[in-house]
Amino acid sequence: MKSPFAKKVTAQADRHLINEVAKRLDAPARRQFMKYSMSLGSLAMLTGCDTSSDEALDKMLTGISRFNDRVQWAIFNPDRLAPTYPDSMIKVPFPFNAYYDVDQVREVDGSTWKLEVSGLVADKRSWTLAELAALPQMAQTTRHICVEGWSAIGRWGGVPFRTFLEKIGADKTARYIGFKCADDYFTSIDMPTALHPQTIMALTFADHTLPADFGYPMKIRMPTKLGYKNPKHVMSMFVTNTNPGGYWEDQGYNWFGGS
Amino acid sequence: MSADKTTWVKVHPAMVRICHWGNAIAIILMVMSGWQIYNASPLFPFRFPKAITLGGWLGGAIQWHFAAMWLLVANGLLYLVYNIASGRLRMKFWPIRPGEVLHDLGQALRGRLAHADPTHYNAVQKLAYVGVMLLIAGVVVSGLAIWKPVQFGVITELLGGYEFARRVHFFCMALIVFFVAVHVVMVALVPKTFIAIITGRAKAGVVEAA
Ligand code: HEM
Repeated sequence: MKSPFAKKVTAQADRHLINEVAKRLDAPARRQFMKYSMSLGSLAMLTGCDTSSDEALDKMLTGISRFNDRVQWAIFNPDRLAPTYPDSMIKVPFPFNAYYDVDQVREVDGSTWKLEVSGLVADKRSWTLAELAALPQMAQTTRHICVEGWSAIGRWGGVPFRTFLEKIGADKTARYIGFKCADDYFTSIDMPTALHPQTIMALTFADHTLPADFGYPMKIRMPTKLGYKNPKHVMSMFVTNTNPGGYWEDQGYNWFGGS
Repeated sequence: MSADKTTWVKVHPAMVRICHWGNAIAIILMVMSGWQIYNASPLFPFRFPKAITLGGWLGGAIQWHFAAMWLLVANGLLYLVYNIASGRLRMKFWPIRPGEVLHDLGQALRGRLAHADPTHYNAVQKLAYVGVMLLIAGVVVSGLAIWKPVQFGVITELLGGYEFARRVHFFCMALIVFFVAVHVVMVALVPKTFIAIITGRAKAGVVEAA
C-alpha cells in the first residue's frame, strides 16, 4: 500500500502536469485532454485504497491555508507602505509571467474596451479607457514579488483604486472584490487591500501605456500582494461578500497572498 | 567509569522528548517542501531531485510549508519556555568553552569520546545543539522577512532586503540540513542515545555522547 504522503504527492503532481500540458494545447484539444485525464484520474481512484486519507490530508492543508488567510487579514496594516525604489532599479527587460506562454498573450482592443462594474456599488455604469485616464493618476516604483520566489522592481501608474471605488460608490464594508480578465484569468482581493494607498488600477508601465504582456489595457497593481493576486487585462470587477476565489487560489495557492 | 549496567538514569525529560520529535517532524516537512518551493525559481544553478521534495507542485509545497511552520514555531517556543524556565538550558548547554570544543572534537575524530555520564553533553554537542537552535531562529526570522516583506518590512530591511533575506533563508536551511546529517550519523554510531531520546532513560555508564 502506498503511503498517503506518496499518494498526495502523485495526485498533486498529476494535477500540475495536467495543467502544464493543457496550457500548451488549443481550446478543443485542451477540453479533450482534460476529459481523458479526468477519466484516468477516476480510474486511479477506483484502484486506490487510501483515497480517504489523501482527502483528509488535503482537507487539513486547505483548512490551515484558510486559517493563514485570517492571520494575514489580521496582520494587514492599511497604513503600512511597501518600499519604493529609484527608477534606476527597474528591471529591464521586466519578466513576463502568466499561466500561459508569452506567445498566447491576449490582444485587447483598447478603443472598444469597457470595464464592467457590478455588485455592491452605487453606480454600475461601465468605464472606457479614456474615462479612466481622465481620473486622478499616480505612479510608483515598487517590487513585484512572485509566489515562485523571484522578484523584480517595476513602475506602474494609473488611478488610485481607492479613488475609483469612492467614485463608483462601492460599499467599503463589503469583504471582497472579484476580477475577471480577458485571458480567462480571475482572482479576488480583500477590501482593506483594495483601499490601500498603493493599490493602483494600472494603465502604464515605466511611464508608457501598459504593454499587452503586462496586462493592457488595465491591471490591478498591489505591492502588498504576490504577483498572482494582481490581475491583468481586467474586463470586469464586482464587489461582494462571498469570496470569489481565483484561478490559482482554487488550485491551492493561498487566497490572501499578502506580502 | 563507574559502569553499573543495572542502573538506569533519567536522561531526557518528557517535554524535551516530545519537543525533539515535534521539531524533527517539522524540520523534515519544512525542508522537503522548501526544496520544492526552491525548485520553482532556483537561486543557484541546481534543483533538488523531485523524489526528495514534498507537495508535488509549488502550490502543494507552499501549503505544507505554511502549515508546518506553525508546528515548528509553536514547538520551538514550548521547548524554549520549558528549558529556560526550568534552568535546563543553562545547566545543559552552558558554558561552551572554545578550548573544550577543540579538545572534544579532537577526541571524537580519534573515536575516543566516551562519556560515563549520559546526562551530560560534551562541548562539541553543546556547540552543535545551541548552534542549530540559533539556526532555527535564523530560518524563522528570515522566513518572516520573505513571507511579509511589507508587514514585517523592518525585519526584511535588517536582513538586507528581500533578495538578500532569501539567501539568508537558504543558507540557514543548508546549515540545518548539514547539522541533521552529522547528528543522525552520530546517533547511528551510538544507538543507545536513540533509545534515550524516545524512552528518556539510559543505562548509566554505557551511553556515549551522540
Ligand atoms: C530525524 C532524526 C533525528 C534523530 C534520530 C535524532 C536523535 C537525537 C538524539 C538521540 C538526541 C539525544 C542526544 C544525546 O542524548 O546524546 C538528540 C538531541 C537533539 N537533537 Fe536530534 N534527532 C533527529 C533530528 C533532529 C533535528 C531535525 C534537529 C534540529 C534541526 C535535532 C536537534 C536536536 C537537539 C537540539 C538536541 C538536544 C536537545 C536537548 O537536549 O534539549 N534533531 N537527537
